[in-house]
Amino acid sequence: MSLLEARDITKKFGGLAAVSNLSFNVNKGEILGVIGPNGSGKTTVFNCISRFFPLTSGELYFKDQRIDELPAHKICDIGIGRTFQVVKPLKRMSVEENVMAGAFLRTSSMHKARLKANEIIEFCGLEKYKYREAKSLPIPLRKRLEIARSLATDPELLLLDETCAGLNPKESEEAIALIRKIRDAGMTIIIVEHIMKVMMGISDRILAINFGSMIAFGSPQEVSNHPEVIRAYLGDAYA
Amino acid sequence: MKNFNLALKILLVVIAVILPLVIKAPYQLHIIILIFIWAIIGTSWNLLGGYTGQVSFGHAAFFGVGAYAAGLLQFHLGVSPWWGMLLGPFAAMVISLPIGLIAFRLRGPYFALAMLALGEIFRLLFINLAFTNGAKGILIMPEITSKMFYYYVGLSALALTIGITYLIVHSKIGFYLVSIREDQDAATSLGIPTTLYKNLALLPSAFFTGLAGALYMNYVAFIDPNIVFNLSNISVMAIMVVMLGGVATTWGPTVGAAIYIILGEVFRTTLGSANVLVFGVLVCLIILFLPNGIVGELDMLRGFLARKKEGAAGGVKI
Repeated sequence: MSLLEARDITKKFGGLAAVSNLSFNVNKGEILGVIGPNGSGKTTVFNCISRFFPLTSGELYFKDQRIDELPAHKICDIGIGRTFQVVKPLKRMSVEENVMAGAFLRTSSMHKARLKANEIIEFCGLEKYKYREAKSLPIPLRKRLEIARSLATDPELLLLDETCAGLNPKESEEAIALIRKIRDAGMTIIIVEHIMKVMMGISDRILAINFGSMIAFGSPQEVSNHPEVIRAYLGDAYA
Repeated sequence: MKNFNLALKILLVVIAVILPLVIKAPYQLHIIILIFIWAIIGTSWNLLGGYTGQVSFGHAAFFGVGAYAAGLLQFHLGVSPWWGMLLGPFAAMVISLPIGLIAFRLRGPYFALAMLALGEIFRLLFINLAFTNGAKGILIMPEITSKMFYYYVGLSALALTIGITYLIVHSKIGFYLVSIREDQDAATSLGIPTTLYKNLALLPSAFFTGLAGALYMNYVAFIDPNIVFNLSNISVMAIMVVMLGGVATTWGPTVGAAIYIILGEVFRTTLGSANVLVFGVLVCLIILFLPNGIVGELDMLRGFLARKKEGAAGGVKI
């Protein structure tokens, strides 16, 4: 069963179509990777799903419920969590408070929110930094905090936007281990990432886009051998 | 440490309660009552400007409407202005609502500008309306003249304001308000309806500022539009009180109000007409060297020491 389904979604900024007539679906429990060269519209797709941008046309369905007309804050409520490529920690709050701010979506009790936050902080390996102010954390931990905060809202679908960007190889390995751990806990994930090796390794299916349109959609093997994908990344000579 | 803090708070309350039994001089009591009124305004402003990050340049609108609600009750209907302590806060909430509903949908300085306009609109409106007795203002004959009575009314109103604000800030709502201040996009991504929560900060803020206004009317017994809707002496002063004491702290506005009023009085009595100049320079210095306000800097120092201790125990690295 499809958890999320996009039908012909289009997003135009003035005359420029950042995303045009894109259709895809995400199955429950899988990791869908979204790849594409810089400026191909990956983050715009995320912003459309999470309703930060209104769609120009097309329809989005989550669990067979239409979501492209909901207000942005409702998206999280129905079970879609997201992180940001440029991390947005709640700077002057501690790590624990950041995660609690997420946990408050499902409870109003201070005590329950704190318990939930602590559980997630441990899951994400942030116990050591629990009382640190978010602004004092280095980038890898901020990215991790970003994930922890959206996990606290109990999502069924998690949108991860470039969780490994700006990390060194060792740090991205740790990040990937965390993503696998989240998947094993039963979460469905859509992930945007630049590092091909990472994407090929963890994605069940891959959606490749360029200039806002789909150029390939299928298993990592199919996509990486697809001539359009090779052309988009390496140029005509290699296709 | 926790016991020490609790003991300190109890001591403070005891001192506050028995103070007017010790200090009987009307002048000193007058100063303390003014401090209470300013502490209420500052604490209300702090909920909206400090915790939620929505800076208002027009809290005089709420203060003035609260004061006039009490004054007009007496002026037109002959009803005791004490009923204004009930009507004033609600009147302030009613005028805050349209501004919040419209301006909070936008980002950027629109709310601050809308509030700036609101304060001035009310000032001009109340000067020119016959209903409000125009620039002549409203004079009432207070039934009670004992300073001690106003001291306790002011103290209770302040306690109520700080208590309710504390409860709001230390709940889910408080977490949401601070999240909105820190990053509105992140807040939205966590499912926080930002417009709603900004309004949930504005309403109590307007409510308690209106309460301070109604108290002012009852205490001072004379108001006119240029006093209660004053931009620099009310709206900007509210911001100064909070900045000086400590933005987004429980006790900051109260400490700020105390220092502001006392320093203002001292300078006024000793320096003659140079008092405003010296006062201005001092404010600049404080903002330069204590950017977090007095209570804010103390909190930072305490946090720094706590972390140092923790670090020595081998807890935190990096």
